[in-house]
Amino acid sequence: MRFGVVVFPGSNCDADCYHVVDQVMGHPVTYLWHGDKDLKNVDCIILPGGFSYGDYLRTGAIARFSPIMDKVVEFGEKGGFILGICNGFQILTETGLLPGALIRNPSLRFICKDSYLRVEQNETPFTGKYQSKQVIKVPIAHGEGSYVADKETLEKMEKAGQIVFRYSTSQGEITQEANPNGSARNIAGIINEKGNILGMMPHPERCAEAILGGEDGKLLFESLINWWQGGKA
Amino acid sequence: MFKAVVTINFKKSILDPQGNAVYKALKSLGYESVRDVRIGKHIEVNLDVETKEKAEAELKEMCDKLLANPVIEDYYIEVSEVEA
Repeated sequence: MRFGVVVFPGSNCDADCYHVVDQVMGHPVTYLWHGDKDLKNVDCIILPGGFSYGDYLRTGAIARFSPIMDKVVEFGEKGGFILGICNGFQILTETGLLPGALIRNPSLRFICKDSYLRVEQNETPFTGKYQSKQVIKVPIAHGEGSYVADKETLEKMEKAGQIVFRYSTSQGEITQEANPNGSARNIAGIINEKGNILGMMPHPERCAEAILGGEDGKLLFESLINWWQGGKA
Repeated sequence: MFKAVVTINFKKSILDPQGNAVYKALKSLGYESVRDVRIGKHIEVNLDVETKEKAEAELKEMCDKLLANPVIEDYYIEVSEVEA
């Protein structure tokens, strides 16, 4: 499975994503420059974390109009796999590929810590290797990660099983205290209706090796590659 | 030449964390009369177009595309003629 990591001016998790695909998963990966229009024939695009275009105007708002993004949107609409992490999630909501928006944390603080997530949906290409309701530990690092959407959209996503990760306690309880950023319904990650585009605020690429304190994020990459290989067989 | 002033605010249904923090600060300064604070954006755009209508139409398009996010924000455009 060939991966492409988009590099925007201000991306800062691009090298981490590249490293995980290349060194941990052992799959081919290439950088995709924001100013290019060539997706280099990849099978999955990763929109990495960071502060694209300095977060000017709104997070992800300007990145959304990078030359490469037209191609990324087209790729996603055709069913290509896209994984948006942190700033990548913000960009996906700005493009409209995922519903809702991410706004400033109510605490007004940049929060950088481990968070517990409950896997709400393991019947996706990105989460097949997780157990249903499994609790995983994945770090978050953002100032604008509070997920908002209107009630209708939230209800629709709940019904369609599009809510993939929720912030929880280490025991898997969905509580106000376990919600670090005031996200609606503790939402940490969502998927589109078709199931090929996942956006999440936590960073699975930062916990894909034991030496970094955890491997819970590795399963996400494993799930995707497994799905891809199964699909091909 | 026209000058457009765009005011962008969170929709009423969206919690405004900055406005909320300033609200609390004003209260703590003793301004008991304060009932609500909302913080938005103020954007000035100068345009070289023929008519005011054209300026307004262009600005509306810019807001829908980039300047505002319709999922969370409302915008208000005010256009006036200025000397080139």
